[in-house]
Amino acid sequence: MKILKKLAFYLLVLVIVVLSVFPFYYAIVTSFKTGTSLFEVDYWPKSFSLVNYYAVFQQGEFPRNILNSVFIASMTVFLALLMAVTASYALARVNFRGRSLMLMTILAVSMFPQIAVLSGLFEMIRFIGIYNTPWALILSYTIFTLPFTVWVLTTFMRDLPIEIEEAAIVDGATPWQIITKVFLPLMWPALVTTGLLAFIGAWNEFLFALTFTSSNETRTVPVAISLLSGATQYETPWGIIMAASVLVTVPIIILVLIFQRKIVAGLTAGGVKG
Amino acid sequence: MNPAQAVSSSGRAELQSQRIRAAMWFLLPMIIALVCVAAYPLFRSIYFSFTDTSLSNLYAGHWIGFDNYLSPRTLPSGRTIYRGTLVDPAWWNAVWNTVRFAFVSVVLEATLGMIVALVLNAEFRGRGLVRAAILIPWAIPTIVSAKMWAWMLNDQFGIINNLLMKLGIISEKIAWTANVDTAMFAVLIVDIWKTTPFMALLCLAGLQMIPRDVYEASKIDGIHPVKVFFKITLPLVKPALMVAIIFRMLDALRIFDLIYVLTPNSSATKTMSIISRENMIEFDKFAYGSAQSTLLFVFIALFVILYIWLGKVDLGGDKK
Repeated sequence: MKILKKLAFYLLVLVIVVLSVFPFYYAIVTSFKTGTSLFEVDYWPKSFSLVNYYAVFQQGEFPRNILNSVFIASMTVFLALLMAVTASYALARVNFRGRSLMLMTILAVSMFPQIAVLSGLFEMIRFIGIYNTPWALILSYTIFTLPFTVWVLTTFMRDLPIEIEEAAIVDGATPWQIITKVFLPLMWPALVTTGLLAFIGAWNEFLFALTFTSSNETRTVPVAISLLSGATQYETPWGIIMAASVLVTVPIIILVLIFQRKIVAGLTAGGVKG
Repeated sequence: MNPAQAVSSSGRAELQSQRIRAAMWFLLPMIIALVCVAAYPLFRSIYFSFTDTSLSNLYAGHWIGFDNYLSPRTLPSGRTIYRGTLVDPAWWNAVWNTVRFAFVSVVLEATLGMIVALVLNAEFRGRGLVRAAILIPWAIPTIVSAKMWAWMLNDQFGIINNLLMKLGIISEKIAWTANVDTAMFAVLIVDIWKTTPFMALLCLAGLQMIPRDVYEASKIDGIHPVKVFFKITLPLVKPALMVAIIFRMLDALRIFDLIYVLTPNSSATKTMSIISRENMIEFDKFAYGSAQSTLLFVFIALFVILYIWLGKVDLGGDKK
């Protein structure tokens, strides 16, 4: 009976692992196939050809799309963290009236349906003249990266002991010095985790990227992948799509696995989905 | 809580006001940014929904009141007909699709997420490996997972049809994403696959807060594990679970990318976000689409208020 129970448990574990990993495994297998072998279902890798990977880099503007995504996501995260560090210090360590109202508002903004601001943002982006540039996306992504980073950093800072700040205050440090000299050195782990999560969010974003860019050179990776098409409109280049998918996913998966524990902690604090 | 208490009482008040003044400056950049990217665009979107603005000329719109929502017009024959989103069958179809999708996906994700979390909470060899494995679906960009599954669900060459036919479950190939009857099912499968890990991790965090001796005590008392789950574990993780569910629910209600890529143009899966953007950008009914996005916003806002009010959810805002 006990052995049977253990067997059932490990069977469940096996099912969970296979279901989690299989689709990505199958995408990798497919990306190495060419020609007619693409249309035969293989459960194990049979061929190994890099043709699809070469094709990705010749198709459209894919290298450019990757650079766009990297630039936009990094810039968005950088700006969000810059604003979030000071804001979260104020929200976590200073007692002022309206603090909980402000925290609630920030949380509310992070729950916004993005479509609700789409037409207003579209107008603004057209007005400033940044339509179809990376800046349109950097501006619009702030709507979800900033509330998220502020929220997570605030929960992090609130849990730091009072004593470290007291000593600085007794020494006559100004609030600015307290942030830069006392808190920043302690916050590096939190900054890396929050930054990484915000980066993934910006890297994966689709609705704004689809709406605020209109040419191949300015698109980000998700939009480029969704628009990859074959020689004719009836022929979907599955091999190339899978190769592109694998290329943009592997770095993210590696990052996530390296920062596993921290990400889980950050997710729990922020309660967001990638 | 207040670090200023450490200092002698004479300088305390001054120090406190200095800190508050500094705090306001520290908050200013964030407030300005959020007003620019959230408050103002939201206000403009709502404003557009009361105009007849078109995409080609954003500044030529006129105020038309509630006409995008509902406008009665009396015909010469004396009969009154209504136009606008609120009598648009396509809109109500989208509302129904969204609600159905959100409800089914969140219920299944919470249940499966709980099961996975319970597995991960047990001690066994290779636990770290399993936790790493379930992070993979979460890390994969939504568009990529939509494409991966579109390929696996492909009617002619897909591995799912192949597998199901080998196992004798289906006798002929099914066009999962194109068929009206199965399109929603396909979307649900992909969403559940991608999001259950997130639920599992949040549930796991809740489970790990429960002290181990609670379980040991019930084990000594010989209580059945199922009873332990419903009487002890579930009530204790409920706060964490409620927060996880509302975040997921809000995400599900605004779903766009997965459906846009997996089942484009299928009326069986068109959600509120999809139809609203379609009107706004593709059909040049900018104001009409804005009215629909405003309705979605109101819908989600009401839902959040009700949920927090009825569920007494503590979102962890200002406990201390």
